[in-house]
Amino acid sequence: MSLRTELGVADPDDFYARLIELHEGLTTEQSHKVNAKVILMLANHVGDTDVLYEVLDYVEKDLGSDV
Amino acid sequence: MAKYGDIGKARQTSRQARRIYDFVKPPEIDSGAITHFPVVIAGGGPIGLASAIDLARYGIRSVVLEKYNTVSDGSRAICWAKRTLEILDRIGTSGRMMEKGVVWNQGWVYFGEETEPVYKFDLLPDKEQKFPAFINLQQFYAEEYLIDLFPQYPQTGIRWQNELTDVVNDTDKVIVTVNTPAGEYRLSCDYLIAADGHRSPAREALGLDFIGRVFEDNFLIADVRMKADFPAIRRFWFDPPFNPGQTSLIHKQADDVWRIDFQMGWDIDREEVMKEENIDAKIRAFLGSDLEFEYEWVSLYTFKCCRMEKFVHGRTIFAGDSAHLVSPFGARGANGGLQDVDNLAWKLHLVLTGAAPPHLINSYDDERILGAEENVMNSSRSTDFMTPKSEVSLAFRNATLELAKDFEFARRFVNPGRLSTPSVLDGSPLNTPDEDEFSDRQRPGAPCLDAPVYINGADAWFLNQLGSRFVGIYFSGDGSAPAELDAVGSGQIPVDTLIVTEAGNGGKHILDKNGLLHRHYDARPGTYYLVRPDQHVAGRWRKFNRVKVTNALARATGLAG
Repeated sequence: MSLRTELGVADPDDFYARLIELHEGLTTEQSHKVNAKVILMLANHVGDTDVLYEVLDYVEKDLGSDV
Repeated sequence: MAKYGDIGKARQTSRQARRIYDFVKPPEIDSGAITHFPVVIAGGGPIGLASAIDLARYGIRSVVLEKYNTVSDGSRAICWAKRTLEILDRIGTSGRMMEKGVVWNQGWVYFGEETEPVYKFDLLPDKEQKFPAFINLQQFYAEEYLIDLFPQYPQTGIRWQNELTDVVNDTDKVIVTVNTPAGEYRLSCDYLIAADGHRSPAREALGLDFIGRVFEDNFLIADVRMKADFPAIRRFWFDPPFNPGQTSLIHKQADDVWRIDFQMGWDIDREEVMKEENIDAKIRAFLGSDLEFEYEWVSLYTFKCCRMEKFVHGRTIFAGDSAHLVSPFGARGANGGLQDVDNLAWKLHLVLTGAAPPHLINSYDDERILGAEENVMNSSRSTDFMTPKSEVSLAFRNATLELAKDFEFARRFVNPGRLSTPSVLDGSPLNTPDEDEFSDRQRPGAPCLDAPVYINGADAWFLNQLGSRFVGIYFSGDGSAPAELDAVGSGQIPVDTLIVTEAGNGGKHILDKNGLLHRHYDARPGTYYLVRPDQHVAGRWRKFNRVKVTNALARATGLAG
């Protein structure tokens, strides 16, 4: 497993708050686009496709219990 | 008579005069004889015509059966890729194609109301090539140039207004029934090439169908003739003001004809769309009210992506649109079909002359299904980007386009059609896998990349030294070479040896003018490549070894597994 799962963000509460703040007052359509931009930029920054597919695979598998 | 009149809903407004070819009553109608040909080719489009010429160059006799008495109406296929031009260079029409065609290497992508492109891409990353990334030329010219070669080849001919109507696919031969204005007759052949288009009567006759059919939206395609000073660049719009929420494209062809595409969406009234005033309004919204233009050809298409499960069915072999269909945004239709021809002709030659076993033909299935899969995948991905299927998919698409304005990385995510690149035949049973250390680029299965060379005191192109027979390329450094090089190949399957040098005047050897060959092929003195008649790499080694090369040749010709 190459995906880092221990805490990596220095200030989790601050970052979480900033992320939620970002979406304040946005329509769902705008929020979808904002999220898409965040994902694309971070994905490109990470670059390592092993890590990226590990994330997608985890999320997909996790979805299995929801639907 | 409208050739291909069955595809889409086309308005035959074409003003370009097409040549008409005379119907000649086939002798079999009166004699009742069933003439035998090594190969019968159903369909006189670019794929069928190129097959006939390529086979004739190998000395194989064939006959082309064409339903109509003329070349295609309208522009249809317009983008001819570099690899296609290289194939046609071997076949003999590249010169006329280049002379008449519009050269282009760049695509520009626009988004919304912005007048500046968000992304420009160059389709020719490797410079110093004989051919450009693409030329644009109406399909009927490509057909006419091939037809003009026929008088040079007594091994083949075209029977106009001869329509294949039935196929009996026996184990030892194929019998085809042919309908003409003067009556019906039959022919027999060792192999039938069914290049008879997307509605392929041969496919119907054998009760076969496409798999994985996916419909991909409606597109209005207009070829208009006008004097415009737009650049010879593929310009593509996402969500432009003149076609809101949809995509559009404009592209230059020969004779001041321009291809203009409008994505129309799913929910349309086809009769309404095709009304002249509605087409006019669309084009006027794009071009403005000042430009004068006239229609060359207009069509409303519902594109689909699909392929046959297998292309080889006993002695009947499908090629081009009869075997696989893609949306046109990757220029992968005719370009894919010509790679079919390139792949098939040499194999039929070896099998029909008894040099290789019949199962060599099965490798056409392995290799061209791979190519078709790649084309279908790329075409489907482009369509997903152009026509997002959900709210979130649309959000990602628009996010990508917006990011592309500011960030270089996002431009590579933008997908306005991934244009045809030659297929690398990875995993083909004909390849001998690398056992020495090499860069990936010219790995077994890859088509050879061109480079400028110097031979006998004159400039030349590397690819012109390859093709139509097996070739061994020995990278020598100083011009010396082991005597054993000539000991590979046989009378039935000869291997021509080419010696590449790095310095000196080359003499009869190939001088690598700018060092590109050594770089592309990751070559050092002693490196040896075995190359197939279709210019794809069969195997490569750091040091020539007669046994290894002989085994690779056997493998590439179906003589050993």
